[in-house]
Amino acid sequence: MAGTAVSGRLTWRAATLAEARWETPSARTLVLDVPDWPGHLPGQHVDVRLTAEDGYRAQRSYSIASAWPSSGDGKVELTIQRLDDGEVSPYLTDDVQVGDQIELRGPVGGWFVWRSKSTSPVTLLAGGSGVVPLMAMIRARADAGTKQPFRLIYSVRTPEDALYADELRRRVRDDAGLDVHFVYTRKTPDGWPAPPKRLDVAAVNTYGWPPDFAPDCYVCGPTTFVETAADILVALGHEPRRIRTERFGGTS
Amino acid sequence: MAIISKGFGGRRRESVPGLPPGQYLTHDFPVLSAGPTPRIPLDRWRFTIQTETGDSKSWNWDEFMALPAEDYTVDIHCVTKWSKLGTTWRGVSLDTLMEQVESAADYTMVHSFGGYTTNVPMEDLLDGKAWIAYKFDGEDLAPEHGGPARLVVPHLYFWKSAKWVNGIQLMNEDEPGFWEAAGYHMYGDPWLEQRYQGD
Repeated sequence: MAGTAVSGRLTWRAATLAEARWETPSARTLVLDVPDWPGHLPGQHVDVRLTAEDGYRAQRSYSIASAWPSSGDGKVELTIQRLDDGEVSPYLTDDVQVGDQIELRGPVGGWFVWRSKSTSPVTLLAGGSGVVPLMAMIRARADAGTKQPFRLIYSVRTPEDALYADELRRRVRDDAGLDVHFVYTRKTPDGWPAPPKRLDVAAVNTYGWPPDFAPDCYVCGPTTFVETAADILVALGHEPRRIRTERFGGTS
Repeated sequence: MAIISKGFGGRRRESVPGLPPGQYLTHDFPVLSAGPTPRIPLDRWRFTIQTETGDSKSWNWDEFMALPAEDYTVDIHCVTKWSKLGTTWRGVSLDTLMEQVESAADYTMVHSFGGYTTNVPMEDLLDGKAWIAYKFDGEDLAPEHGGPARLVVPHLYFWKSAKWVNGIQLMNEDEPGFWEAAGYHMYGDPWLEQRYQGD
């Protein structure tokens, strides 16, 4: 299906947890085995549905973290950030176990996606767990072996909050044309040259692509981050139509 | 057959009447949009209805503010699963606007500053079901929530309530708007859980 957003009816599928790993103390990646998964584009999300023993149900949307076809076995990975007052996320981070099943449908969303055929350079701006769909794009780029230069600016509160930190370090070394810059808002690593601060014009101007290069820009994070980041891109002269945003708020 | 998640459900929210299936209650006002928030100066704001025959009627901001307005309280439901109950708005009913044009069209395409579009059947805009709103909770509508003015058509999923609205095109045939072309439902009834194509 890759190439179209959604085709036909989206049916609920049984997904089996094949593997799980902690990315940070509060974020866990679920590696799901989904029979007959139609494939997805990086940036798309899925709906997850949980049913309690008494029939009570809840649904939430989560971005897909993995590329498709992922190198190897074609599983679907979701990275879930635990929200302590949440209803669904604590179950997915703390309770669901390898071998358990959950229901999932998708992929959903045909706008906030990166297509490997696109030749434009790409600027990715991530706030917190907003890095998840952007990581799918970075992984898809590497899998496709394409050369479009990618720059990721990733805003986190502290170094310990960064998802995929080791993988990003490895990819900066191995994936030609990928640059990553971190912005720390509360605490920096030892020896970091600047005090903690929020994403600002200087960071986007220095570590993103200039508007003259006509990059495609993808911004994902909490609403306040996305509003700020998108406003900065517009102020720097980026064409609003080249700026794609995905906000969370309320998903718990 | 449902898959049961053992131990799930202990943190469930209180059940609330007025919540469509698959939705949960929020007290925040989350934001969902596809791109940057446009800032539209009021002296450049204009709202235009174009009919299926090509006639059009438009209002500038002062003219729009002079139209009779209504205060109304409605529940809103976002396709991303949050619902917010009892939201208060002030705006101009689509009935008031449509009185000013001649049309027999059954469909509409709602247009926004920034290029966003969404399709809504004409009958869903009439009979007190939809407004062009410019105040939320007693305050001027903030840009990230669609200000200066947005469509509010609360009986459909909230992506149909286009932000930064600048016009409505009346059409004889239905066409998908922005999210609809990206796989979302053509109609979007939250009570029937019409989230995506085929629901």
